[in-house]
Amino acid sequence: MSDPNNESTAAARARRGRNVALAIILFAFVAIVFVVTIVKLGGYVGAPH
Amino acid sequence: MIAPATGLETPAVARWQDYLALTKPRVMSLVVFTALTGLVCAGAPMNPLLAGAAILCIAVGAGGSGALNMGYEGKLDALMRRTRSRPVAAGRVQRADALGLGVVLSLFSVGLMAMAVNLLAAGLLAFTIFFYGVVYTLWLKRRTPQNIVIGGLAGALPPAIGWAAASGTAPANAWLLVAIIFFWTPPHFWALSLTTSDDYARAGVPMLPVVKGEAFTRRRILAYSVIVAPLGVLPAFTGLGGLAYLVASCAAGAAFLFLAVRLASLRPGEAAMMTRARRLFAFSIFYLFLLFAVLLAEHLLCLRPLRLSL
Repeated sequence: MSDPNNESTAAARARRGRNVALAIILFAFVAIVFVVTIVKLGGYVGAPH
Repeated sequence: MIAPATGLETPAVARWQDYLALTKPRVMSLVVFTALTGLVCAGAPMNPLLAGAAILCIAVGAGGSGALNMGYEGKLDALMRRTRSRPVAAGRVQRADALGLGVVLSLFSVGLMAMAVNLLAAGLLAFTIFFYGVVYTLWLKRRTPQNIVIGGLAGALPPAIGWAAASGTAPANAWLLVAIIFFWTPPHFWALSLTTSDDYARAGVPMLPVVKGEAFTRRRILAYSVIVAPLGVLPAFTGLGGLAYLVASCAAGAAFLFLAVRLASLRPGEAAMMTRARRLFAFSIFYLFLLFAVLLAEHLLCLRPLRLSL
């Protein structure tokens, strides 16, 4: 027999794991876009108009 | 996120590892490796951060197309031993979630490639994802025994994407790398499908051994091996590979041909067929890895003193 409490605990743990993974991915995506933008703009900073 | 009750003691709850599995990390690793080789072989100066972003885009794009494939193929995967533990087939991830993940990863990877690198690389990446996720998965796979021959183009394109990411162009040498993977794919997959043809037959997938039989498949494996072995040597004569590549590709190509001949020379129904097919399948992975690893090493270490030309 499966215990409903255990089941919900497992589901909650899995959900928490997914949320943490998603947060890391979103943060990494923002960081990558930021770094790429800096690299792409870098060559133009200080250049004459 | 939670699949319907399966009656199992352990509930089918999707963990983050299941979503990672949707991206087919093992396939992704080969895609990244060949794309990196293309990027390095281009020999164009590139900011290492942008090069890293390009490789990441290719990896995420490959993951997206893998998720689309698993989303579409959940029911089919459930019928085969090799694939029935995949997240969608096993009921841990809903089909719509897998497809959603595939679409999001694909859009993000192509968008970031266009923004960070260039439009040619982004276009080639978009075409690759579309070709694998839609043309191969939805159209070719269940319709023709040539499924993995034509569909193999998707797996073959990453070196050209890497090359385009570095240089903004895709010259003949980039397409030579594509051609090597393209002609390597049929003997590689058909060797595997010889050992799992009953699975494919049960699932109704028209793989070559199911439709044309084992003997025909073994002859076709040999035919493609005869093409891929000399093709694998060709980069040594186009300025792409050096002496180390020439030696490695000749030796590995000869071994590839030897294993294909041994497989093709069996009589129908001989017990050694499975062993020889498995051996060729395993060697084919080593073969492709070796060719690209030597190319990569030669370009990274500038070990190309010998210039050969046809």
